[in-house]
Amino acid sequence: MLRNAPPIDPARLDLAAEYRAKPFGRHSPDLQALLNVMRRAENCQDLILVSIAPNRWVLGHREPDGKPPTLFTDQVFDRLEDGEWEGFKRRWRALTGQELVLP
Amino acid sequence: MTVELKKPTVVGYVDRLYAYPGDEVTLRVSVCEPTKRYRAELVRLVCGETGPKGPGVKEERVASAVDGEHDGIEQRTSFGSHGIVDNLPALGAVAISVLAYPTLPGRGRQALVALGTLRLVLDETGAPALLVGDRALSAGVALRDQWWHRIEARYDPATGAAAIAATPFAGLHADRAQSAEGRLEAGAAPSGPLFFAAAPGPDGGATEHFYGKLEAPRLVSGTVDAQWDFSRGIDTARIEDVSPSRLHGRLVNAPKRAVTGSRWDGSVHHWKLDPSHYAAIHFHADDLADAEWKPSLRFKLPERMKSGFYAIKLTGSSLPFHVGLIVSPRPGARCAKLAVLASTVTYLAYANYRRRMSPGPFELAMGTLPTVDLTDVFLAEHFEFGHSTYDVYRDGYGVGHSTFRRPLFNFRPTGRFWNFAMDLCIIDWLDQQGIDYDVISDHELQDRGADLLSSYRAVMSASHPEYYSSEMLQAVEGFLSRGGRFMYMGGNGFYWRVTFPPAWPGMIELRRAEDGTRAWEEMPGQYNHATGELGGLWRRNGWPPNMLFGVGFYAQGFDNSSYYRRTAASCDPRAAFLFAGIDDEIIGDFGASGDGAAGLEIDIYDRRLGSPPHGLVVASSENHSNAFMLVNEEILSNRQGQDGAQNPAIRADMVFFETPSGGAVFSTGSIAFVASLAHDNYRNNVSRLIRNVVDRFIDPQPFAIPKP
Repeated sequence: MLRNAPPIDPARLDLAAEYRAKPFGRHSPDLQALLNVMRRAENCQDLILVSIAPNRWVLGHREPDGKPPTLFTDQVFDRLEDGEWEGFKRRWRALTGQELVLP
Repeated sequence: MTVELKKPTVVGYVDRLYAYPGDEVTLRVSVCEPTKRYRAELVRLVCGETGPKGPGVKEERVASAVDGEHDGIEQRTSFGSHGIVDNLPALGAVAISVLAYPTLPGRGRQALVALGTLRLVLDETGAPALLVGDRALSAGVALRDQWWHRIEARYDPATGAAAIAATPFAGLHADRAQSAEGRLEAGAAPSGPLFFAAAPGPDGGATEHFYGKLEAPRLVSGTVDAQWDFSRGIDTARIEDVSPSRLHGRLVNAPKRAVTGSRWDGSVHHWKLDPSHYAAIHFHADDLADAEWKPSLRFKLPERMKSGFYAIKLTGSSLPFHVGLIVSPRPGARCAKLAVLASTVTYLAYANYRRRMSPGPFELAMGTLPTVDLTDVFLAEHFEFGHSTYDVYRDGYGVGHSTFRRPLFNFRPTGRFWNFAMDLCIIDWLDQQGIDYDVISDHELQDRGADLLSSYRAVMSASHPEYYSSEMLQAVEGFLSRGGRFMYMGGNGFYWRVTFPPAWPGMIELRRAEDGTRAWEEMPGQYNHATGELGGLWRRNGWPPNMLFGVGFYAQGFDNSSYYRRTAASCDPRAAFLFAGIDDEIIGDFGASGDGAAGLEIDIYDRRLGSPPHGLVVASSENHSNAFMLVNEEILSNRQGQDGAQNPAIRADMVFFETPSGGAVFSTGSIAFVASLAHDNYRNNVSRLIRNVVDRFIDPQPFAIPKP
C-alpha cells in the first residue's frame, strides 16, 4: 500500500457489515472511503468475476497483456453479491493482516 | 471441487450485419476441436440473458437452409498490419532507407522492410539490424521509443558487404547516431514481394510485425529508385511510389493513416491542409481488418421470415456461439408502423472488448468488479480476433478501427447485459404486447439514409446508440423534420462520430478526440479521420444529441440503478397521453439492470446544448449511488462532491417534445430503462408508459408545437 493511502481500520467491522448487506448502491462516506482504498490498483488484486453458467460465478485474477484470467474454481457463487463479498474479504485480509469474520 | 468450464469450440462470422429475407448469406466457421464437426441452426432472438430479475434467454428456432451438421476446418486468421509491393523487378545491390518511430521496440523482432531473406529489422533488443537469413549486422543499441530515426542500410549480394546506420532526429534529448559495417552471407538476392512493417511468413502470410510509424521508405537498386510517399492516398489502402518506377503497393489489415509524421510540428492539425505533415503510417501487430477465413456455407435465408434479431447458432461439443444478424424488410416490402433501430454500429464499436479482463483499478470507475463469461475468456485465448474500440494496442495506442469481418463476441443474447443482449428486452416486450414492428439497423441506415425511415410513423432506438455517423444523424433529422416520431429508449446516445472508411469494407473508424468520457485519447494532431471528418464528440461537432433528442450524456455509474420521480410538467396536458393509466409518482423503481430504470449511463435536458425550449421534462431520476460520476465533458477542473450521493444534479431526465410537421420525440435518458419493461410479468408503470408512447406515436394524428 502507498504510504499516503488511508489505512483500513480492522476494528471497523460495521463498514464490512454495511458492505455485505448492500454491496451495490449508495454507501456511507466511511464505507466509500474504505472501498476507494481497496480498489486502488495496488490493492485491488486484479480480481474479476467470471460467469461459468447462468447464475454461477467464480472469482478470477486478471492477467497482463490480454491473457485469459486465472480462475479460482474452488469457490462457486450463486449470486454476484457473494462473489463481491469474497473479493472484499480477500482485500481486507491483505490490507489488515486479519481474517474478516462478522458476528 | 470440480467445475465444468464450457467454452465455445466453434466460432464464425457472416459477410454482413443485416440482411433481407431470401438473401444469400456467406458464413465462415472455424472449428477448434478435433471432430471438426459442428451443428448450425437459425434462431430468432427474443430475449437475452437478463439475470435473475428478468425473463432470461428466449430464442425461437427458424427452419432454414443452414440447419444441420456440417464438416468444418480450423481457420487461420491473418492479423497484423503491413504494406506489400507485389511486383518488383530483379534487384542487385540494394540501399534501403526509412524513417521509423517505434512504439514498442524490444517486443520480439520487428521488420521495418523485408525483401525475401533480406530484412531490415529492430531486433529482439530493439536495435536496428540488417539480416540475411540468420546472420545479422546490428547497428548497436535499442532505438528509443516515441522518437523519429532515419534508418539506412546497404547490402551487396555479390560480396555480402553490408552497412547499417540509425540517426535519431535532432532534439533536446536525442540519442546518438549509431552505425556498423560488415559482411553478411553473400548470394542472397533481394527479391519481392517487398514488405513494410512485417516480413513474409512461412505460410504465405506475414510475420515479425512492427509496432510504430514508418515514413518515406526508399529502395535504390540499379536503375530502380523507388520512393513511397505515404502522404498520398491517405484515405485509401494504396501506397504510392512517386518515382518513375511506379512500384505502388497496398496495405493489409488497416494500419492507421492520417497520423502525424516526422515533419509534424503542431503548426497544422488537419491532414488535408498539409499532407506532408502526415506522411506516416502507424502499424500494429494486432491490427485486423479482415480475418479472411474461407467460406464455410452459403445459404439463403427463408423468403418469409419475421423481421428481427437473429443468430446463426453454432454448436460443437460445448458452449454454442451466436453469429448475430439483423433481418429487416426488403425495400419496398410491407412495413410495420414502428421500427426498432438496432444499434449495430455501437455493437461493432464494442465488439471483442478485452479491457475488462486487463489488470487495473476497474472498480474505481465502475463501482463493481468486472464481470465476464467463458465466451469472453475464449476471446482472451484468441488474440487474433482483434480488439474493440475500447481497447489499446500492445503499444498503448488506442484502437480506432473495428470490423465485422471477424468473429464478433458481443452480437449474442448472452454475456454482458449490455447493447445487443439488453436491446432484446425491447423485442421481448414488443412481442409480449403484440405490437407489430420491424427491426432495422444502423448499417442499413448508413446505406439507405432517410429513405429507410420514411416508411415508418415511429422509430424506436436501442438502449445505447452511442456511435453515429454524420449520414446517420442526417437521416434521423430528415425523418423528424418530415413529421416522424422518435423514441430514444436509452442513454449516452449519438455521442461519438464514426466514419465508414471506403478503403476498408466492414470497418468503422473512430477518433476519441479532445474531450469526452474516453477509453483512450487520440494523439494530438490526429483528430481528423482518414475520411477527413473531425472526430470526437458530436457535442463538439455542432450536433449535440440534445438538439435532436432533447437530452445528452451527463453521468454514469454501473453498480445499481435508481428510479424516476414525475415532475409538475408530467401534468401538462401535452403530456397527458404519456401517463394515461399511471397514477404513480415514482416510475421504474424496479428492473433487471440494477433494480431501477435509471442507470448505467444517463442523460439530461440542457438548454445550453440545444434541448428545445418547449421540451417537457416529465420525470427525473434521483438518489443515485456514489459510483455515479459526472462525465468528463461537464468538468472544466476537478472538484469535490460530484458523485451521485453528493450531487443532486446527477440524474436522468425523461423528455417529450413536439417537432415541426406533426412529429414528436420521447427520450428516456437511461440505458437501464428497457431492462424494467418486463418487471412483474410486463405489468408495471414503465411498460404502461412506453405502451402509451407507442400507441400515440404510431397514430397519424399530428402533434402540434405549443405556441410560445
